[in-house]
Amino acid sequence: MGFQIPKIRYTGRINKITIGHGTGSITIGGESCYPFYLFEGEMPNPPRIAFEVWDHEPQDWQEWALEPYRDVIHDSTLWARKCIDTYGAQAIALQLKSADPNGMDADVDSVVNVVRRVVDALDVPIILWGCGNDEKDALLLKAVAEVCEGKNVALGPVSEKNYKQIGAMAIGYNHVVIASTPIDVNLAKQLNILLGNLGVSDNKIIMDPTTGGLGYGLEYTYSVMERDRMAALTQEDVKLQYPIMCNLANEVWKTREARLKKDDEPKLGDEKRRTILMEAVTAVTLLLAGADIVVMRHPEGVLLVQNIIKELMA
Amino acid sequence: MALTGIQIFKLLPKTNCGDCKFPTCLAFAMALAAGKTELDLCPHVTEEAREELSEASAPPIRQVTTGTGDYEVRIGGETVMFRHEKTFFNKPGFAILIEDTMKNNEVERRFSQLNSCQYERVGLILRPEMVALKDTGNKENFIALVKRASTEPYSIILMSSDTSVMKEALEILKTKKPLIYAANHENYESFGSLSKEYNCPLTAKGNGLEDTASLVEKLINIGLKDLVIDTSTRTLKEGFQEQVIIRRAALAGKYKPLGFPTITFPCEMTDNLMKETVIASCFVAKYAGIIVLSDFQGESIFPLLLQRLNIYTDPQRPMTTQEGIYPINNPDAASPVLVTCNFSLTYFIVSSEIENSRIPSWLCVMDTEGLSVMTAWAAGKLAGDLVGTFIKGCGIVEKVERKRIVIPGYAAAILGDLEEELPGWEIIIGPREAAHIPTFLKTMKQQ
Repeated sequence: MGFQIPKIRYTGRINKITIGHGTGSITIGGESCYPFYLFEGEMPNPPRIAFEVWDHEPQDWQEWALEPYRDVIHDSTLWARKCIDTYGAQAIALQLKSADPNGMDADVDSVVNVVRRVVDALDVPIILWGCGNDEKDALLLKAVAEVCEGKNVALGPVSEKNYKQIGAMAIGYNHVVIASTPIDVNLAKQLNILLGNLGVSDNKIIMDPTTGGLGYGLEYTYSVMERDRMAALTQEDVKLQYPIMCNLANEVWKTREARLKKDDEPKLGDEKRRTILMEAVTAVTLLLAGADIVVMRHPEGVLLVQNIIKELMA
Repeated sequence: MALTGIQIFKLLPKTNCGDCKFPTCLAFAMALAAGKTELDLCPHVTEEAREELSEASAPPIRQVTTGTGDYEVRIGGETVMFRHEKTFFNKPGFAILIEDTMKNNEVERRFSQLNSCQYERVGLILRPEMVALKDTGNKENFIALVKRASTEPYSIILMSSDTSVMKEALEILKTKKPLIYAANHENYESFGSLSKEYNCPLTAKGNGLEDTASLVEKLINIGLKDLVIDTSTRTLKEGFQEQVIIRRAALAGKYKPLGFPTITFPCEMTDNLMKETVIASCFVAKYAGIIVLSDFQGESIFPLLLQRLNIYTDPQRPMTTQEGIYPINNPDAASPVLVTCNFSLTYFIVSSEIENSRIPSWLCVMDTEGLSVMTAWAAGKLAGDLVGTFIKGCGIVEKVERKRIVIPGYAAAILGDLEEELPGWEIIIGPREAAHIPTFLKTMKQQ
């Protein structure tokens, strides 16, 4: 008996989403098969990696995380430029962490000032990621949408609680929204429907499934993404046919095993290489589950993952 | 694939003799279909029927074991493409390559890495479990390596294409059940005989999918059952796709010649350990049985062990942490006490955030049957009276001076009941998100 590859007949396709404007824009999505199953479908747009940049100087980063950015980390604009000019970043995710009411609680105006300076200085697509507090993000991202007019940025996280405010501004200023739900297929679908009803078009939505780092819930994110893709591609669930973004950097770098030094626990090995690998393995695992954009921190980890994407797509 | 009760019934004697202790053949057939009894209980079933039934009940991917004792490695036996469809059962074995050209101290370092790269987590030991011994033509060295490996508990892969060398090695390891690597189209008969003689699983090393399948068919025809597949592909794109195709051909296509676990060689796909690790992670997710690596460094094997733990965690069963008091950052009698549920992920995240805060604290983990805070609260497993009883009985009372506990923000509604249950205690509602714990603890300390 001759061998024939049993193929899946995919009935759906992921929407294509463009972020950024002009020559600096990127398009993600468009897949007609499971991630990298190129023997039976296509991935017209390779998954992308965005470098994360914070809106303020981080206080608790490991030395080996600071190392690539030490000269620029005090200034978000210089930091972002270094990611692009030195490390070849194709996209920037600006994390608006200072706004967190449970943290620095910076006021909206001051955060928006940072956003304005960074956005004006960049020519790559930008993701603007709020602090995760629904009320604060509603105010913050509304204002951000306004100052980013014409840049076609991606705004997130947009939740069930604040999708109306942020969604309306995104429509008004023609931005992409990142719909964020807590590791659940039905909640993800529900929020996409709500955004659709509000008038956000299908080529303006990216999904954030909520990301768990390696050893800290990665498997939940992994399986929910696989279920999202299964529904989108084989069960004609049009309300799940959106690209997926995973904001993974901080989920990995904040963990205990990413902070311990070799001197603290010799059998964990070199701390820098270990953390870079923990970040890269998390990213690759999520890419295999269907991520279209992953947000990463360390340039060496980015390079490793970039190469894996290139080889899987070769 | 599994037969229905009616299909099985047709193959039974239909005499309703009752020798199987079931009242009728139909009842017996139904129990068989449900996997609740064994065909052997029927003394009258014909040989043909027995064969047909055992063929039909054989798993689509053969489960193969290598090694013995603590370090026995079980691979294959998988039944789904996606872990959420059921679970993945047998995690891939990680092997470190040891070649016959390596110096003695390098060989010793490699063996010792298996012993030192062991990590405790959720009450489990995460560790690599295999050595791959490679004969590159230095027979004397290779045999010395085999002898050295025979004194260790680890599962062994014997890599040689020379039948006489393989036989000598198997003779040394005959009680250790090593994996033989590898039979090809030229030597499959002699390697097949060795596999049978020593009762050791055998790798079929073909060239691409189709060629490998034809080699496996030859091996099946000479009576071999415990096989492992190597397609010889060493590029990532093709290697990855082949893993998917092999799994799918076996499960969806019922294609017997590919119904076996696979072995992969990231060590032959790059000479950079960082890159090799990330390549290996592709095969952990999809769908290797064994992953042979050029080296184990703490920094390279630890992320892979964590990833393997995550991917192979049974999604049908929540992982739990043992109920009890966990001291973090060396707390004393003045340190704050926090309460949370025993869903392991919650425990990990909460304890990691407390550790990040660097503030000495007591974390009391309560048995909520593996439910997270919000679900446990909704299901009444984190009710005020239960938490109160737990706090009184867990022993924390003897450890702190100040009667004060912090409950999760998502369980704020139990405050009233808990105050009633714990008179004289100060009960503080903590943050909803673990990420806010460090700030919370710092503020609490200042007050």
